[in-house]
Amino acid sequence: MSATPILSLSGVKTDIAQYHVLHDVSFDVPEGGVHVLLGRNGAGKTTTLRTIMGLWQARAGTIRFRGQEITAAHTTEIARMGIAYVPENMGIFGGLTVEENMRLASHDGTFDPDRLSRIHTLFPAMKQFWAKPAGALSGGQKQMLAISRAIIERRDLILIDEPTKGLAPAIIAAMIEAFREIATESTILLVEQNFNFARSLGRGVTVIDDGRVAHDGQMDALADDSALQTRLLSLSLDQHQ
Amino acid sequence: MSMVSETATAAAGRNTRSAGWWIVALAIGGILFALAFAPFLFDNVRSQQVAARICIFIVLVASYDLLIGYTGIVSFAHTMFFGLGAYGAAIALRGMGPGWDAVAVGTLAGVGAAALLAILIGLLSLRVKAIFFAMVTLAAASVMLVLASQLSGLTGGEDGITYRAPDLFKPATKLWLDADGKVATLWGVKLNGKLAAYYFVVLSCALLFAVILRVVASPLGTVLEAIRENEMRAEAIGYRVVAYRTGVFCLAAVLAALAGSVWAVWLKYTGPDTALSFAIMIDILLMVVIGGMGTVWGAVLGVTLMSLAQFYLKDLMEVAAHATGDLPLLPELLDPDRWLLWLGILFILLVYFFPKGLVGTLAGKERRA
Repeated sequence: MSATPILSLSGVKTDIAQYHVLHDVSFDVPEGGVHVLLGRNGAGKTTTLRTIMGLWQARAGTIRFRGQEITAAHTTEIARMGIAYVPENMGIFGGLTVEENMRLASHDGTFDPDRLSRIHTLFPAMKQFWAKPAGALSGGQKQMLAISRAIIERRDLILIDEPTKGLAPAIIAAMIEAFREIATESTILLVEQNFNFARSLGRGVTVIDDGRVAHDGQMDALADDSALQTRLLSLSLDQHQ
Repeated sequence: MSMVSETATAAAGRNTRSAGWWIVALAIGGILFALAFAPFLFDNVRSQQVAARICIFIVLVASYDLLIGYTGIVSFAHTMFFGLGAYGAAIALRGMGPGWDAVAVGTLAGVGAAALLAILIGLLSLRVKAIFFAMVTLAAASVMLVLASQLSGLTGGEDGITYRAPDLFKPATKLWLDADGKVATLWGVKLNGKLAAYYFVVLSCALLFAVILRVVASPLGTVLEAIRENEMRAEAIGYRVVAYRTGVFCLAAVLAALAGSVWAVWLKYTGPDTALSFAIMIDILLMVVIGGMGTVWGAVLGVTLMSLAQFYLKDLMEVAAHATGDLPLLPELLDPDRWLLWLGILFILLVYFFPKGLVGTLAGKERRA
């Protein structure tokens, strides 16, 4: 693991209308592997991802990507710097075909055949429904498309918001394998409620509570400490076995 | 395109077409055939006038569909751009005389003014919510209409401008001579300047329509549809939405202005009623809705149906009123003076039975343009 973080948040405060959602969020995402952002519902995890992506503007604090400040950068610029975002609602374009969705995310509108082949291996449904409208896909397939779109070109950092929400266990198992594969070339910052899913992938973990960082450390340590889980997340791993 | 995508596209093309797709294809094919050979199929002046108007409005409506159908931009300024193109050509033809230099200068001036105004409106207003943008375009169009009426020295005011088209389009111009030195005929139609004028309209419009088809089939078309679906998502994958929206607004304005210039050359008259009025804007909106938003080919059906209804419904009702003269009530209902009522009913029925427009409903997911 590299010592220099790929992403660094320091004292980030974000307001949505009159609500102060992020009060003081500071954490580093090391380069490589999967870093998980955990927290209860409404803790500010999605807002953190959207703030990194420039979809909400931070009121205070700094966000650095590879040492370059991106706090006030436009979403488009952030995306072009090599950060991909897979939102909670999958973020696909239902009126376009699977191919068109993928082509949109390609820098020059063309596909690297090797990369496309790798995606088709990870998610065979993408090949099967290549020319079909994305809106006609199932929930799991839409999620696969959203992730495929994020990796159609190499990204340094991929922000993924609750990818397993509402998915069947078989699809979740496939997702774990896919994320392991993706994490060999990109860093993933993953927001997840499913602790088992998070534990199976995450190397580092940051827990957010009420818009503040409540815990920052290694996933193994959190997984082994049920008291800490209960305190931070109101759950213990035993309850989720 | 990669081999994989080519294979997939080819596979999609092999899918069996629905009956609706075939109906749409046949209807559009029939219309295009009729427009291409109108002088040979219909011998009266009115029919050719309607055919030329249909050609020009297909471009106008399709270019508007780039905004409302493909990008989700509601604008009421499309006739303003159409009018700028028309007035540009008209003022130049009046001032410089009936030459091609005047057509070129006037068209360039009109298109340039339209592009400049579109960039200004776009950059200043496309960041605001759709309803405010629509209001800005409505205000701009109103100002332009007032200016056209008030600047009578330049625009002819309410009376408009009458001028001559280039000599090639004069009815007396002989395109081809027969053995006797008279104007030659083909299938009974004289090969004169009138025919040249019609084909100038047809070819110009075909070229502009091909440009629109190319745009929607290109990656740009896909980006525009993505923006229409969800601006935030489009930005999150790296597309600067304001730039794209301004760009397509400008492109649509240029296309409308070019259509306006062709209209001015064909009509040899330009006035507020023919090039700038809000009635034209309403017609464009109705034609887009009838044809189907987000379907360029829908413009062909929408414009044709609406134009035929506007020009021939009255005649049809007159015939129907005579035919049903002995029956109670029907002759009254079918009185030609009530044609607008029936046009309204026709529109309501079309919207009710074809909620996505004719092409959108019939061809459905099989449409690609």
